[in-house]
Amino acid sequence: MSSSKKIRVLVAKPGLDGHDRGAKIVARALRDAGMEVIYTGLRQTPEMVVRAALDEGVQCIGLSILSGAHNALFPKIMELLKAEGVKDVLVVGGGIIPEDDIPGLKEAGIGEIFGPGTPLDEIVEYIRNNVKF
Amino acid sequence: MSVADLVEGVLSQKRLYLARLISMIEDEDSLALEALSQLYKHTGKGHIIGVTGPPGSGKSSLVTRLTAEFRKRSKTIGIICVDPSSPFTGGALLGDRIRMQEHSLDDEVYVRSMGTRGHLGGLSRATSNAVRAIDAFGKEIIFVETVGTGQSEVEVIDVAHTVIVTDVPGSGDDIQAIKAGIMEIADIFVVNKSDLAGAEKKVTEINAMLDIDPRERAWRPPVLLTNSRKGDGISELVDAILAHLKYLKESGDMQKKGLQRSRDELQELMKYKLTQELSIKLQGKPEYEKAIKLIAKRETDPYTVAEKLIAEFLFSESR
Repeated sequence: MSSSKKIRVLVAKPGLDGHDRGAKIVARALRDAGMEVIYTGLRQTPEMVVRAALDEGVQCIGLSILSGAHNALFPKIMELLKAEGVKDVLVVGGGIIPEDDIPGLKEAGIGEIFGPGTPLDEIVEYIRNNVKF
Repeated sequence: MSVADLVEGVLSQKRLYLARLISMIEDEDSLALEALSQLYKHTGKGHIIGVTGPPGSGKSSLVTRLTAEFRKRSKTIGIICVDPSSPFTGGALLGDRIRMQEHSLDDEVYVRSMGTRGHLGGLSRATSNAVRAIDAFGKEIIFVETVGTGQSEVEVIDVAHTVIVTDVPGSGDDIQAIKAGIMEIADIFVVNKSDLAGAEKKVTEINAMLDIDPRERAWRPPVLLTNSRKGDGISELVDAILAHLKYLKESGDMQKKGLQRSRDELQELMKYKLTQELSIKLQGKPEYEKAIKLIAKRETDPYTVAEKLIAEFLFSESR
């Protein structure tokens, strides 16, 4: 168990939905894959997500949202990350996000969207292969 | 980021640089140690408060409440919370920050979660260097929250000026209270979740333990009742913390501890460097592998080989 180069991931629930089962399952899976996971809890504003990501020095942010507000919140988060000088952070999302919205989100800088039913090792592999140190 | 960037960034209180430095410390990046070397003269100002106790005793909630109270008194705060890393996968669920939501957008509060990464004792190997970084950054109060501890994880005493040991009502009895280890390291005892049955009893047991302590101690640890969910007892706890700091300064204990700490730090670093140096010199040397085989066959012994190798490789010119 070496101490160098661990992948640190922020699992966040932006917005107002209270459904955190999915986020917790993903958090568990990432932990079991050897990553350090910081779970923010519910009802995070974009500012809170970015502050946590900055302070914790994470390489990846996972955003879980089921309320439909992703088109407003995800780009806002990307904007704030840029404004704070946070570079090279992989941002992924999950929850209830219609396929039609995915291209727009990727254009805003989101790496990938993992919808319901995505195998957990797919998420783990994607993060492992795409984080930058 | 260069060492100069890191140092300048930390000294001008730019969060991004502090966060980056702590990441590099955890990754054992040699540039981080260079930066710390330059930042060292700016450390030694913060009051470092260790918070330790069994899992579920409310350490994080207590730290959150204490932070709010210290913020009312205009202090700037740094918080390091340590959680255990899996002995099987190396991963960790760092779940202390989630209790500290109310401070998430306070610019004067910096929170960092760390996994133990295999280290025992209650903290991680990088914790004391991370504390130094936060100290150099200028935070006046630095909380170090350990993992949920049992009876023997006492490492926090090497890092903190003031150690708070938390407990909850209903656990153990008077014999538990006099066992060695964690019960000895407290500068302040806090019985949290005071609404639960047995709270007063626990306070009595701890006080009874302190009453029969044969050591002549100038500072008798106060035993306080708190309810971190409701916020009861927090102001009194802050007063006790400040009283302890005053005691440390007036009694000269602060200076004594500082001297001992510097001695320990230096020895720790020298040990580390020596081991590193020796590994580099022994790497790929056929004598080394040969010696190991001979030891396994009992044709020589490790005590003799150790002496010989050190004399040959450590104290000689590099080959």
